[in-house]
Amino acid sequence: MTKLTRDDVLRLAQLARISLNDDETTEFTDELSAILQYVEQLSGVDVSGLKPTNQVTGLTNVMRIDEVKDYGYAPSDLLKSVPKTEANQLKVKRMIG
Amino acid sequence: MADWEPIAELAAQVRSGKAKAADLVEKSLAEVASLEEYKAIIATTADRARARAKQIDAQVANGEDPGRLAGVPFVAKDNFLVFGADTTAASNILKGFDAPYQSTVIEKLEAEGAICVAKANLDAFAHGASTENSDFFTTLNPHDKTRVPGGSSGGSAASVALGIAPFALGTDTGGSTRQPGSFVGIVGYKPTYGLMSRSGIVAMASSLDTVGTFARDIDDAAVVIDVMAGQDELDSTTIDRDAAGYADVHGDLKGKKIGIIKEYMGEGLADDVRVQIEQAIAKMREAGAEVSEVSLPSVSLALAVYYILCPAEVSSNLSRFDGQRYGYTYADAANLDESYTKSREIGFGKEAKRRIMIGTYVLSSGYYDAYYKKAQTVRTKLIQEAAAAFKPVDILVGPAAPPTAFKIGENANNPLAMYLADVMTVAINLIGVPAVSIPCGASSKNGLPVGLQLIAPQRNDRALLELAKATEEIL
Repeated sequence: MTKLTRDDVLRLAQLARISLNDDETTEFTDELSAILQYVEQLSGVDVSGLKPTNQVTGLTNVMRIDEVKDYGYAPSDLLKSVPKTEANQLKVKRMIG
Repeated sequence: MADWEPIAELAAQVRSGKAKAADLVEKSLAEVASLEEYKAIIATTADRARARAKQIDAQVANGEDPGRLAGVPFVAKDNFLVFGADTTAASNILKGFDAPYQSTVIEKLEAEGAICVAKANLDAFAHGASTENSDFFTTLNPHDKTRVPGGSSGGSAASVALGIAPFALGTDTGGSTRQPGSFVGIVGYKPTYGLMSRSGIVAMASSLDTVGTFARDIDDAAVVIDVMAGQDELDSTTIDRDAAGYADVHGDLKGKKIGIIKEYMGEGLADDVRVQIEQAIAKMREAGAEVSEVSLPSVSLALAVYYILCPAEVSSNLSRFDGQRYGYTYADAANLDESYTKSREIGFGKEAKRRIMIGTYVLSSGYYDAYYKKAQTVRTKLIQEAAAAFKPVDILVGPAAPPTAFKIGENANNPLAMYLADVMTVAINLIGVPAVSIPCGASSKNGLPVGLQLIAPQRNDRALLELAKATEEIL
């Protein structure tokens, strides 16, 4: 039975790039443990001889010609909801100090 | 509450000039305003809807044909990219997102003359079964304002039940169209996985997401499904349409083989729901259907499979909401990493965070095989059991949800209890088959609607609509 600790939750939050306050950390520690315990009922299920399903309708390798198509959108249309842009590119905070 | 003619009739009136698209749009917008207390709608697309109506009326005046859905107003769940209003997915992080292009299915509906008038409320990012996880507000059930309309497409379902528009779009990843359809007493249709393009819809769990249709009856749903179905080069999972299409369906239950899913009629099903489902099945038998019991022995595991696969795919799909590309961004971040973590902390609601964290856990190194791969393998088991169950029958039947609409707040503090609201629907998404919830009377306990779920094998959407239509006629 998986029981997450506060440190586990904080580590997960870091991996998921979400900061959590103290109350949320406490709440998630209990809730996520309960959810994981629920889904762990699968651990005892016999699946010998079965392969995992990745696609349900049996499609394989859907191909198309690799060509640029004009859908009629200017870069400025596509960038209009980006918080910060410069020269038609996303502008983000400095990554390397 | 407004009454609407059947969709085909409405469009015929607009095409012949007998009715004006502009009047239909005004009627719909007036309903949005007068029914505001139900909080079904996040925003209208009024300006664009009026402009489109004018265009359609002008086309008719010029002798042109605006299409099979000419002037018919509809409501789209706010996770469809639509021009004329923000697309928020009912989340704070996408507030202010003005879509640069539209969903393929919206384009297809517009090409036939349909007019989107408003964006409907949902559980943020479609994570939920009640609309209580909306970052903005909870939609009220049209039959009882103290209860939820179901979810996640609760705003869309309530819109149709309230008469705001004759049809609405939802999405169905684990039951988000069938369950709210049943909670408000209308038709909620989930197609075969891949039958309709998801391009331009805010992704939740990509191996499960489908486009849902809400309408008052099967005829109305069928014409909308017929317009939306088919391959799209922008969604590589889409499949071919049925050569016969999906509209103008007529069916007969005589000699049809119906399999009752034994496990869905057992423990956990509310007595008042059971009575309605059993009565509906008895009527199907009277109409000449051969009814038998079938078993999906592992179906009780479906919810556990779903709550591994869905959060895993959610955590991946929601990684794009990083405060840099769209919507909300935390202004005072000292560096890029803080910009990510604070934008996501403030922008995401609790359920989105919960699912991202679970998904991150089950996909993390060392746990992948035990959780994700195991769930995908149990999914294979479910698919095989469903294939065996379908062999002797034409369709499967069962309830769409274990209780009728629950009270607002009843499950709010217990995420696991909320997840159980999906227990009759998630397996259908895991096996990728089409299913529909149709109204089958009201509970004798509280007068609330009950939904009968009909399920067909993959790509048998037309046959499902035919049998649903025949069933609707005798209920």
